[in-house]
Amino acid sequence: MKELKPMLAAGEINASLSDAPAGRSADGTDRARRVKVAAYRLRQWLSSPRPYLMLLGFGLFFAFWYLTVEVWQLPRFSQMPGPTTVISEWLSADPTYGLSIYSPEYYQHIWVSWRRVSIAFMLATATGVPLGLFLGWSLKFKEYVFPVFELLRPIPPLAWVPLAIIMFQGSETPIVFLTFLASFYATTLNTMLGVESIDVSFVRAAYCLGARRRQVFWHVIVPGAMPFIFTGLQISVGVAWFSLVAGEMVSGQYGLGYLINTSYTMVQYPTMVIGMITLGVVGYVTSAAVRIFGNYLMQWRARELAMGGEK
Amino acid sequence: MNRASLPTYDRPSAAAKAPVSPSPERHKGEIRITDVVKIYGSETASIRAVDNCTFDVPAGKITVVVGPSGCGKTTLLNAIAGFHSITSGTIYLDDALLCGPGRPSAEPGPDRIVVFQNGALFPWKTIIENVAFGPMVQGRLSKKQAFEKGRAMLAEAGLRDLESNYPGEISSGMRRRVEITRALMNDPKVLLLDEPYRALDSLTKSVMHEALLETFDRNQVTIFFITHDLEEAIFLGHRVVIMTTRPCRPKKILTVDIPHPRDYSVLTTKRFREYLDETIAAVHEEALKAFAAGERER
Repeated sequence: MKELKPMLAAGEINASLSDAPAGRSADGTDRARRVKVAAYRLRQWLSSPRPYLMLLGFGLFFAFWYLTVEVWQLPRFSQMPGPTTVISEWLSADPTYGLSIYSPEYYQHIWVSWRRVSIAFMLATATGVPLGLFLGWSLKFKEYVFPVFELLRPIPPLAWVPLAIIMFQGSETPIVFLTFLASFYATTLNTMLGVESIDVSFVRAAYCLGARRRQVFWHVIVPGAMPFIFTGLQISVGVAWFSLVAGEMVSGQYGLGYLINTSYTMVQYPTMVIGMITLGVVGYVTSAAVRIFGNYLMQWRARELAMGGEK
Repeated sequence: MNRASLPTYDRPSAAAKAPVSPSPERHKGEIRITDVVKIYGSETASIRAVDNCTFDVPAGKITVVVGPSGCGKTTLLNAIAGFHSITSGTIYLDDALLCGPGRPSAEPGPDRIVVFQNGALFPWKTIIENVAFGPMVQGRLSKKQAFEKGRAMLAEAGLRDLESNYPGEISSGMRRRVEITRALMNDPKVLLLDEPYRALDSLTKSVMHEALLETFDRNQVTIFFITHDLEEAIFLGHRVVIMTTRPCRPKKILTVDIPHPRDYSVLTTKRFREYLDETIAAVHEEALKAFAAGERER
């Protein structure tokens, strides 16, 4: 028989990888291989126009903000805090309005919001993923549950605020509940679509090979839905931050939403913008963390995409 | 039957009475399809996909089913595999009734394994995990044993060094061969191949054909192979069953009397051309009918 080697991506990466013995069992060589791949990717990225375009984009954004607010002072823009005001306030050891990266209170706000989002996100994942899997897996279950689900889903979290306050005690649980809601819908729906997206051939193949229903569920349905589940989780963590702010603006003692709202009422505009930018950064970080975790769990997919998306 | 005069044909009805060379030493994997009818849809708007279909798939041989696209070949395969029910008729595997009166659809199982048109290796499992899947879920082998057997079988098929790759990382031709290896791990009676090489280019296809024949020579498993590629059908098959267009039933059953093992030099022989000419005539007629029917439906 002819010697058959796995076909790897063309070019440099091929030469550097194919000499490493295949097999994740050989741990040392595998780590070396991964480092090589990472270094190669970084070099590729730096030699592509992408990082520079990204910097240019940020540059243009700040230039627009600076020019409209601070230089030209266009009508309606003049009330806004300019980038220099915001950044100097943010980095100042002695901030005018009492909040900067040096004040412990700032981290208290981030921590409280982050904790609420984490709890809500985990609850939403722990309930939404199983529910979505069963909705996709069992038609009968879907017929019971899905109509109710679809009726509740369009209700925005903000509309739940009064009911949340009536239903739950204190100020913490209503906020977590509101944060949970939107996440839960996104996760459930994407998981269900994930199950429905699975090619029926995979299920049939598993039955052919002698799998029982339960084994099909664990070996085919769960991993097959995984790409959609993680898309859902990324959306879920994003909308968690959306609805968190809605909840925090209504009640609460701490949190970035609370910070933004109180800074507004107390006419501390630079602090308000600091809160907004912080939300953006923290939201991005959590979303990226979910994505990285997903790629780690779905090695097969990451490698498939690295091959140029050949299916 | 006179083997000297070529090509030889069986009338479908004659074939039902006298199955062609049932393997006497290994009675394993003979499929007998008798009067199978499959009607899709309701009483009012129904499509007769398969009609009074009767033929045998002899044990330990390659039977190739040829017919125009959408003629109902796959319906037949799905009925054998247990994915779909049949309306009437019987299908036997050796002496066991797969589906028939009182049992509209067969239970899918590892004695009849399908290799799918678009491939169905689990993309989330590595090659070795895919290959070991069958014996493991059936509880026949431990993970260690299954992996060992898998490695041996992959090596036998010339697929070394792939085991820790994911299916997305290897070529589509290799994926098909891994899929066949995954099926053979379960020691099936029958392999059901549903146009497995359709998406491959012709060069890869020829490699795949030789590999399949080699696998067959090693394992002597009964193969039920669906295609609409005539050269492929004659090159691979001991028997070629040419189907009519919808509703699907055998139009002609051809015994290809070219000895196995075959290789690609067969393609240029006069005998091969003769078989091909005969088949083309029969299939072309059906293709025209299928085309005309398609036109009318529009």
